[in-house]
Amino acid sequence: MAVTKLPLAKAINESLRVALDTDPKVLIMGEDVGKLGGVFRVTDGLQKDFGEDRVIDTPLAESGIVGTAIGLALRGYRPVVEIQFDGFVFPAYDQIVTQLAKMHARALGKIKMPVVVRIPYGGGIGAVEHHSESPEALFAHVAGLKIVSPSTSADAYWMMQQAIQSDDPVIFFEPKRRYWDKSEVDTEAIPGPLHKARVTRTGTDLTLAAYGPMVKVCLEAADAAAEEGKSVEVLDLRSVSPIDFDTIQTSVEKTRRLVVVHEAPVFFGSGAEIAARITERSFYHLEAPVLRVGGFHAPYPPARLEEEYLPGLDRVLDAVDRSLAY
Amino acid sequence: MTVESTAAARKPRRSSGTKRAGVKRTPQPKATEPQLVQLLTPEGERVQNDEYDGYVADITPETLRGLYRDMVLTRRFDAEATSLQRQGELGLWASLLGQEAAQIGSGRALNDDDYVFPTYREHGVAWCRGVDPTNLLGMFRGVNHGGWDPKTNNFHLYTIVIGSQTLHATGYAMGVAKDGADSAVIAYFGDGASSQGDVAEAFTFSAVYNAPVVFFCQNNQWAISEPTEKQMRVPLYQRAQGFGFPGVRVDGNDVLACLAVTRAALERARSGEGPMLVEAFTYRMGAHTTSDDPTKYRADEERAAWEAKDPILRLRAYLERESTADEAFFAALEEESEALGKRVREAVRAMPDPDHLAIFEHVYADGHALVDEERAQFAAYQASFADAGMGTGTGSGTGFEGSAEEGK
Ligand SMILES: Cc1ncc(C[n+]2csc(CCOP(=O)(O)OP(=O)(O)O)c2C)c(N)n1
Repeated sequence: MAVTKLPLAKAINESLRVALDTDPKVLIMGEDVGKLGGVFRVTDGLQKDFGEDRVIDTPLAESGIVGTAIGLALRGYRPVVEIQFDGFVFPAYDQIVTQLAKMHARALGKIKMPVVVRIPYGGGIGAVEHHSESPEALFAHVAGLKIVSPSTSADAYWMMQQAIQSDDPVIFFEPKRRYWDKSEVDTEAIPGPLHKARVTRTGTDLTLAAYGPMVKVCLEAADAAAEEGKSVEVLDLRSVSPIDFDTIQTSVEKTRRLVVVHEAPVFFGSGAEIAARITERSFYHLEAPVLRVGGFHAPYPPARLEEEYLPGLDRVLDAVDRSLAY
Repeated sequence: MTVESTAAARKPRRSSGTKRAGVKRTPQPKATEPQLVQLLTPEGERVQNDEYDGYVADITPETLRGLYRDMVLTRRFDAEATSLQRQGELGLWASLLGQEAAQIGSGRALNDDDYVFPTYREHGVAWCRGVDPTNLLGMFRGVNHGGWDPKTNNFHLYTIVIGSQTLHATGYAMGVAKDGADSAVIAYFGDGASSQGDVAEAFTFSAVYNAPVVFFCQNNQWAISEPTEKQMRVPLYQRAQGFGFPGVRVDGNDVLACLAVTRAALERARSGEGPMLVEAFTYRMGAHTTSDDPTKYRADEERAAWEAKDPILRLRAYLERESTADEAFFAALEEESEALGKRVREAVRAMPDPDHLAIFEHVYADGHALVDEERAQFAAYQASFADAGMGTGTGSGTGFEGSAEEGK
């Protein structure tokens, strides 16, 4: 066993290091990923150790970054590209949606697209416009892409390895406000499947399902609910496309109540998809409608309002109460 | 750890003649540095320039002092904002330190009916447009995403997404041309931004439609940690040629030259001759933003070399050499700077947090049922805390003082 306590950002750094070290085809690309080590230092020290040919500072052009990664992948490389912030992925959205996602299908499976697009996402760090968004649903709607988001350092470490090894394009959403949270990583563990949800806390009265930055909030909510005698189960979905509906279904058929929590706007969000599927699958088991807690149908607000906008403990508990009141 | 170069490990499959993978390609030598348009040397000496002197022939001692005052006050404002960030009053600040001449020179070249599309660093241009500097701070404090009405001063909102505004400027200029108006449009962007597809598309559109737009690139040598070598292989201003319009490189630390060159470009645009690219060759003396740590990627000596070209010292040397300004002028300006600093400080500290329901304001011009529903639900939810006597914990303001309504 090689267990160490690492901040989530450092776990990704270690994971990228292993990938660069074991597979000469792996490349890191992005703005400021070299000497600076990225604006969050996730790629810190990698250029120093692997050189400018492997850890590539790119021109300031997101369409260019993803578009050339596609070309490199066609040539046998496995690029891991960094988009500096969630709100800056859109210049690359065209390449991701119209090209990266569809290449494998168009070639009737003859070519593979092992590209990882890393996106630090979500709010809670007091940033300016375009630095706090959660656009995962915009990508989940597109067939051909896989979408994951870790909530712990161990998941960050292992899911990154698995994403890089995947022959499909993976959009890797990194919960930036958890970058500095430390938790244990066993670098010799045998990781579970990339797209499987995890029961993070067991309970009997209600299921909270979340991923990425909201898992921690849900665990805190479950603690608070326990003090009031309510037993809340917490699922860390880990993957947004595909979603592990089986694990959600099993949990819901036990607790009979489900609340889905994410930072992204609720309207047309991943919670809507989960609510619809679980209602289809478990209609007769449900004691309450599936509830959703998330962002509003409004632009992500200025920093001084983000505590209001982001689902916090109180809003999650409010939904728990509403569900239990049915 | 093995640091294997994949390229080196691969066997060449073709014989000589073609460039082979595996052969380390030497980067091309940098194109020889082109001549800058310069009217004032770093020592503050006036140099003749046949092409551009005519554009500043009307400059009086008073206008020169005005340019100096603009630069000093802009720098003072910038320094105040930087320290307010350090004191936790602002979430972030993007300093313009070192770029005062580029911004004041170009900003003072504009007519009132010209329209400006800035990035997030154009505090000096905003100053020239008459935007109250305290209005610039709302977005950096996190109380709004803009804070001024672009139409009041023909100064658009700051744009954070790199390069986007160059297309807006082009479209606006296409509208100006359609209207038969004789005003011009100016778009600011950085050397890094010049790599964005949007900027190339703006160049294409403006050329094809002969739009009256001036592209004003402040090449401050860095895009966060990336030097210009990571963005381009030929001097930036030369890029215009390939799109079919002229480009010029000006000494960005020379306010007089920036004024002259921008006036020339604007005049061209106004008279229907189409777009032009101005590359102001300058330097970002501070960090990219207050979140950045330039010691990770650049040498102190570099900054020191540029300090010798400081735009403000340069004009001061000229003013003193020509006896254009006396001690009393400098002393009065110092006082004015202090007063500005104090005003900014007080205004920021007094800036209230927006009301929590401001989240739902201005999402749509014509309203939207879902927003109304969510606003009502959220208001009821917040009220439930007040009923329970707990308070909401956040949202201290009662009105919308801090929202985008301000300044309208
Ligand atoms: C589309 C996009 N990608 C990335 C960023 C993050 N970012 C903000 S400023 C910056 C560097 C910009 O450099 P440059 O264009 O030279 O302008 P400067 O800030 O030096 O004035 C980067 C990468 C962004 N704002 N927008």
